[in-house]
Amino acid sequence: MAGIPLSHGLLVAVVLFALGLVGVLARRNLVFMLMSIEIMLNAAGLAFIAGGARWAQPDGQIMFILVLTLAAAEVSVGLALILALYHRLETLDADAADKLKG
Amino acid sequence: MTAAFYVSAAIAVLSTVMAITRADAVHALLYLVVSLLAAASIFYVLGAPFAAVLEVIIYAGAIMVLFVFVVMMLNLGQAATIQERSWIKPRMWIGPAALMAVLMAEVAYVLWASRKGNFAGANVIEAEQVGIAFFGPYLLAVELASMLLLAGLVAACHLGRGDERK
Amino acid sequence: MLALLWLTPALPLLGFVILFATAGRLPASAVAAVGVGSVGLSAVIALIITASFLTTPPEGDFYRQVLWRWIAIGSFNPEVAFRLDPLSLVMMLVITFVGFLIHLYSSEFMAGDEGYSRFFASMNLFVAAMLILVLADDLLLLYAGWEGVGLCSYLLIGFWYRDPANGAAARKAFIVTRIGDTAMVVGLILLFTRLGTLAIPELMERAPQAWPAGSATATAAAALLLGGALGKSAQIPLQTWLPDAMAGPTPVSALIHAATMVTAGVYLIARTHVLFELAPAIQLAVAAIGAATLLLAAFSALNQHDFKRILAYSTISQIGYMFLALGAGAWTAAIFHFMTHAFFKALLFLAAGAVMMCIGDEHDIFRMGGLWRRLPLAFASFLIGAASLAALPLVTAGFYSKDMILWGAWTSGRGGPALWAAGLIGALVTAIYIFRAVFVVFFGEMQIAARSRYGWRIAVPLGVLSVLALGGGFVETPAALGHVEAFSRLLEAVLPTQREVAAAPATQATVMAIASFAALAGVFIAYLVYLRRVRAATILDTSAVQRLHRFWLAGWGFDWLYDRVLVRPFLWFAQLNRDDAVDAVYDGVAFSSRVSHAYLSRTQTGRVRWYAGWLVAGSLAAIAIAVFA
Repeated sequence: MAGIPLSHGLLVAVVLFALGLVGVLARRNLVFMLMSIEIMLNAAGLAFIAGGARWAQPDGQIMFILVLTLAAAEVSVGLALILALYHRLETLDADAADKLKG
Repeated sequence: MTAAFYVSAAIAVLSTVMAITRADAVHALLYLVVSLLAAASIFYVLGAPFAAVLEVIIYAGAIMVLFVFVVMMLNLGQAATIQERSWIKPRMWIGPAALMAVLMAEVAYVLWASRKGNFAGANVIEAEQVGIAFFGPYLLAVELASMLLLAGLVAACHLGRGDERK
Repeated sequence: MLALLWLTPALPLLGFVILFATAGRLPASAVAAVGVGSVGLSAVIALIITASFLTTPPEGDFYRQVLWRWIAIGSFNPEVAFRLDPLSLVMMLVITFVGFLIHLYSSEFMAGDEGYSRFFASMNLFVAAMLILVLADDLLLLYAGWEGVGLCSYLLIGFWYRDPANGAAARKAFIVTRIGDTAMVVGLILLFTRLGTLAIPELMERAPQAWPAGSATATAAAALLLGGALGKSAQIPLQTWLPDAMAGPTPVSALIHAATMVTAGVYLIARTHVLFELAPAIQLAVAAIGAATLLLAAFSALNQHDFKRILAYSTISQIGYMFLALGAGAWTAAIFHFMTHAFFKALLFLAAGAVMMCIGDEHDIFRMGGLWRRLPLAFASFLIGAASLAALPLVTAGFYSKDMILWGAWTSGRGGPALWAAGLIGALVTAIYIFRAVFVVFFGEMQIAARSRYGWRIAVPLGVLSVLALGGGFVETPAALGHVEAFSRLLEAVLPTQREVAAAPATQATVMAIASFAALAGVFIAYLVYLRRVRAATILDTSAVQRLHRFWLAGWGFDWLYDRVLVRPFLWFAQLNRDDAVDAVYDGVAFSSRVSHAYLSRTQTGRVRWYAGWLVAGSLAAIAIAVFA
């Protein structure tokens, strides 16, 4: 089994990461922003898996599992925040929460 | 197997593009699930079956269910979709797309330099190996992850209770 | 018994601490008990120490008490140590004893004042500081006392601080003496860097070895110390603060601006006389300044209307006599005059205070008159003080001390007769101005209602000081009159005796007779002009004399001169410098930070996506540097 060139695997990861990034920056809806962050985290996990596969070591998967844990914790807190914000502001517009304006 | 990788990659990228451009949250979530499943098959191709299973169960399963749950609680209807459409303007994509282009260029430059002789997925790493490594040298990371999850749990509980003073 | 020495400054200091810490919460009787009692006990201890010192003199005629090491830096190890020798003994005795009498007087004089406790706290601190000054074995400790005295002077001159004029007088005193103090500090540093110590005995030992007489360094050191002495002792050109210092309560004037503090300069010069002998030019300057000051202040005193200002100028003038004596090398005479002056000047101030208290705080002598009948005690004591100040022959203490100074000036090698003549003219004018005050205030027509209302606490100090003002001079009499030499014998261990000029006792008697005649003539002139108002006195009303009168009234225009030459240019410069270039730099910093704030705050949109976008841009830039660089 010849396998896949590592650069291809990483390229897919980067494309997914960049798409997630675009989503975070372009969307105003908080739910979509959070989804985009999930995409980015998943892309990072993919990069770890690819790297781990290149060296045939379990470490890549371990890192992926840690990323997964992080994503789970992040989503639970993030969604709770979105709910709280929605109750307070009656909107999901990220630009509406601009009290930190200088 | 090689073909499977490229097909999965194409599906992942396309469904992600669809996910971030949808106006309806439920549609976006469904595309996202597709994207995650495609990623799972990439993992499998790369010789990480354990990770692929976890991706399906936890990511595409648990986390996405959470999203669906929240979308349901927010009770976003037709009005929200129309509102979302009005927010999605072509002009909004210019800046992020430019940043993305720069990122791609930088990474492509790095990957081009190391494109030869690196192949991944020749060996399959089973769950056993992952488990041995996990509860061996990475034990501290497991403990830290548990604390992180606990913190996430506490925070979500606290935030989810709402403002009791009201 | 000499080991009790440290208690003399410590007791007033303790009194100060008690009064200061209770901050006026003690009842008035307790305040008086602490304030007067501490100085009284100090005086008793001083008497015990004196008795012990005189009956069984310690070895080498001095007693040194080391309390603790103050600082230890390399070779600089000043100690907090007291040194009792005949000179500091005399000073200590006068300070504690006269100080005690003035405190006793104040306890009644200041009764009912809302700052009663504050007053005694400051007075006690003053006595403590002055004692530290005179007992210090080290110039650094001396300087600490010196500054403490300056501080108390400031506090007490501005005692009635509600009147801004009093605050201004206090500041003036502080700032003017500060000029001298600065010179003194520079002098101390010079001495330390050149001689490696500030301990007085070692200094006096090393100075003649290190420097030949008349050397530039010795001259500079002496000149700088003289600067400090001039400021504290209100001599030309730093004399302007003293007349204004009369803004304080009368006992303050008596204690600080007559009896003790202003003599600190005299003490300093006497203490470091070795340095001044190494610098003949400076010693001559001391004499010249003394002579000039005594004349100038005497003429000013002649023209004052304010009772206390007469006495203030008189103080400047009398200290001029002491400087004259110091400059002439008649060290003992200077200290002798210090002692008698402390007696009679305190007496004069206290008597004047008693008079003014009884007539409703009136200060203008021309609104008084004929008071002798109503206030016999005040009159008698003022008369005694005046007689002593005018040096009326034979019966007064001032006569003996002033005579010693004049004789010292006459026989001194430098400028002798000229200095003597200045002193003689000064003696004449002194007699005129003080008896002008006596005649105008106590004789003539009664112009103001007076009610005698002083109790024993005012009467006793007046009585005791009267006795001292008359009898205090008999410890030292000239050859022609009994030839008592107790005082100079006491001091000869510390201060060199004057080079005896071979002068026949007849000459001395003649000189003395001339001086006595001058004093009596002065009294007579005052009698003719101010009491009898003889025809010739109308010359005083001519415009030329009036102009001179105004000139002298203003103290020879020194205030005016300093205002024009120093204060106004300084204020002008300060005004000019208000918006200086350096400020512009700091304003520029403030301005640029304000502008950049305005721009940077626009980047703070409060939108999380905006922040994320810049975060990404920054990360990409960092990656670009890592990848391409």
